Amino acid sequence: MNIPISAQLVNLFAALLLLIAFAMLSQRRIVSLIHLYAAQGFVLAVSTLIVAHSTSQVHLVYSALLTLALKVVALPWLLHRLIERLNVRWDVETLINIPTTMIVGIGLVIFAFNLALPISQLSGTIIRSTLGIALASVLLSFLMMLTRAKAVPQVIGFLAMENGLLFAATSATYGMPMVVELGIALDVLIGAVILGIFFFQIRETFDSLDLHHMERLRDEKAAIEDSPR
Amino acid sequence: MNLAITALLGLPLVGGLILALAGARPVAADINIVLSLFTFLAAIAASVDVLANGNRTMLSEQFFLDSFNVFLVALTAFVGLTTAIYSRTYMRIEVQRGKLTEARLRLYHSMYQLFMFTMLLALTTNNMGLLWVAMEAATLTTVLLVSLYRTPASVEAAWKYFILCGVGIAQALFGTILLYFAAEKILGAEGAGLLWTHLDVVKAGLEPTVLSLAFVFLLLGYGTKVGLVPLHNWLPDAHAEGPTPVSAVLSGLLLNVALYAVVRTKVLVDGALGAGFAGTLMRGFGLLSVVVAALFLSRQKDVKRLFAYSSIEHMGLVTFAFGMGGPVATFAGLLHMTVHSLTKSAIFFAVGHAAQKAGSQVIDNIRGLIKTSPPVGWGLMLGGLAILGMPPFGVFASEFLILTTAIARHPWTTPFLVAGLGIAFAAIFQRLQSMVFGETTVQALPYRPAIIPVFVHLGFVLILGLYLPPFLADWYRQAARLIG
Repeated sequence: MNIPISAQLVNLFAALLLLIAFAMLSQRRIVSLIHLYAAQGFVLAVSTLIVAHSTSQVHLVYSALLTLALKVVALPWLLHRLIERLNVRWDVETLINIPTTMIVGIGLVIFAFNLALPISQLSGTIIRSTLGIALASVLLSFLMMLTRAKAVPQVIGFLAMENGLLFAATSATYGMPMVVELGIALDVLIGAVILGIFFFQIRETFDSLDLHHMERLRDEKAAIEDSPR
Repeated sequence: MNLAITALLGLPLVGGLILALAGARPVAADINIVLSLFTFLAAIAASVDVLANGNRTMLSEQFFLDSFNVFLVALTAFVGLTTAIYSRTYMRIEVQRGKLTEARLRLYHSMYQLFMFTMLLALTTNNMGLLWVAMEAATLTTVLLVSLYRTPASVEAAWKYFILCGVGIAQALFGTILLYFAAEKILGAEGAGLLWTHLDVVKAGLEPTVLSLAFVFLLLGYGTKVGLVPLHNWLPDAHAEGPTPVSAVLSGLLLNVALYAVVRTKVLVDGALGAGFAGTLMRGFGLLSVVVAALFLSRQKDVKRLFAYSSIEHMGLVTFAFGMGGPVATFAGLLHMTVHSLTKSAIFFAVGHAAQKAGSQVIDNIRGLIKTSPPVGWGLMLGGLAILGMPPFGVFASEFLILTTAIARHPWTTPFLVAGLGIAFAAIFQRLQSMVFGETTVQALPYRPAIIPVFVHLGFVLILGLYLPPFLADWYRQAARLIG
């Protein structure tokens, strides 16, 4: 089997992406999580560029540049500023049962590969085998959101999930139409800004960014503790 | 026609920006109403045009209006207008009572217009990708509105809303990618691959395996925003903790538009797979929503949560109707979307003033509304009767059609549906009685309640129950043919 060098490179980067997703799952430091997120964005941008080069799809170059600007520069910068202002830069989260989480993660990867198999066989792109990895990193980010109790890591998980989706779009179809990609990028940017505002609201009301404090809204409790409106 | 669609989308977008700059002034509420009025007029102009000239695509095919979305556009703009009128009084009372500051009102007005923009964009866009972008933007514009009061409960509700809908909508993006993947093989890369009108033409040739997977993801994604059980967790909290005008537009508009997105994809999936797959899934989710929401209804103590669960129930019913398919059920589903949207927003208007009068949203604290303020009391009572499906209101007609079709086509579901509707009736009616009649504990409001929108809405629901205008029936029938 003769695989072109560009496809091998993309496969390599896809593997890196998966590795980063696992690293995020086990990373306790918030600041390291942001570094990982930036690295993930970088890997995504580079692999998109390679695909763009080998298939001469011009719009993928723009897409890669957009990813670079948004996910390697803008959003990590925004997140760094946020954790600085919120004073949670050196926060370490106690994660229980990292090994179990990892095993569940491996299970998810296997599931994702099986789910993606019929689709990647239909795909005509050179990097179709990476679709499984893309789906796996989406699911891993989802798992990360589930296991985190603090607001900032949850949001990083959310943003990482979007990275995985973007990678899926590139590997299955050489990216979405430009207008859609722009729209998605805009949504992500606005979403991050709104979340930034939101962190302050959460801390103001709960004195903490730990989401365990938010256990109030249950159906019966809500009525008992009703704050007069 | 291009002018109408530009005005329809441009007015709320520009309006949102203007209000962000000028929103702290007292006149902002009036600007909000005027903007909504002109948006509504643009929607009327667009509808009249579709009525005269039929379906059409605009602005290099990126936008389109057909019989399915045109009435939703008009409905959305209409509810947007009445809610703007209602919120002027409601928000004045909230400010006067010190619940909100002028600065928060600025955020409210600006985001309100931007929310209307995302709704209208989602309805009119021909591009399935932009539809996704608009749905996500709708979450973003409303999340800060849900936490507008900054109480712990409202911040928590907004966080839940953001994360759950964000995760849900991410599923929908994956579904959209898969859809594009299937379409690209036939329509080619770039451009037309995500345009619904093009997809509709070639739907029979789309790869079935991919489309079935795409539909599962799209249903889970947009279904989260519709509030289908078990993805509904954000909905009661967001409805209960946000300001009431926001609850009204969430229930009356957002849920409809999300369901619209599901149905658009269902059309494509049915074309590729044949009827059955999508319908079965939708029937399942719909039935589950009706039953589970009804069971939750009887446990509610907060009046806004009560009607939020009622929204889940009704959206479940509509999803079930679209899942059954066929001309009658789809017709009923479309009618139910219309009347539910009108009735539920009317109820929230009345509930909002009732809660302001009682100083609490707890049902037990609201008593004897009809004594101190007959319009609010009657509005709540009539709205409640309408939503419970009492004739001659329009909800009765649509529920009757859905039930009779279910009896004929899926008899085993009938007991569940009837039980769901029955439990909901008992739960809501009993609570309504205690709130509306009896000894009064509620106080007067500093301003005259804005009750006209309630009766305008209920008037329309009544008219739709007695007489369906031919042009509307025509749209429903055409749309039903399209949806199948």
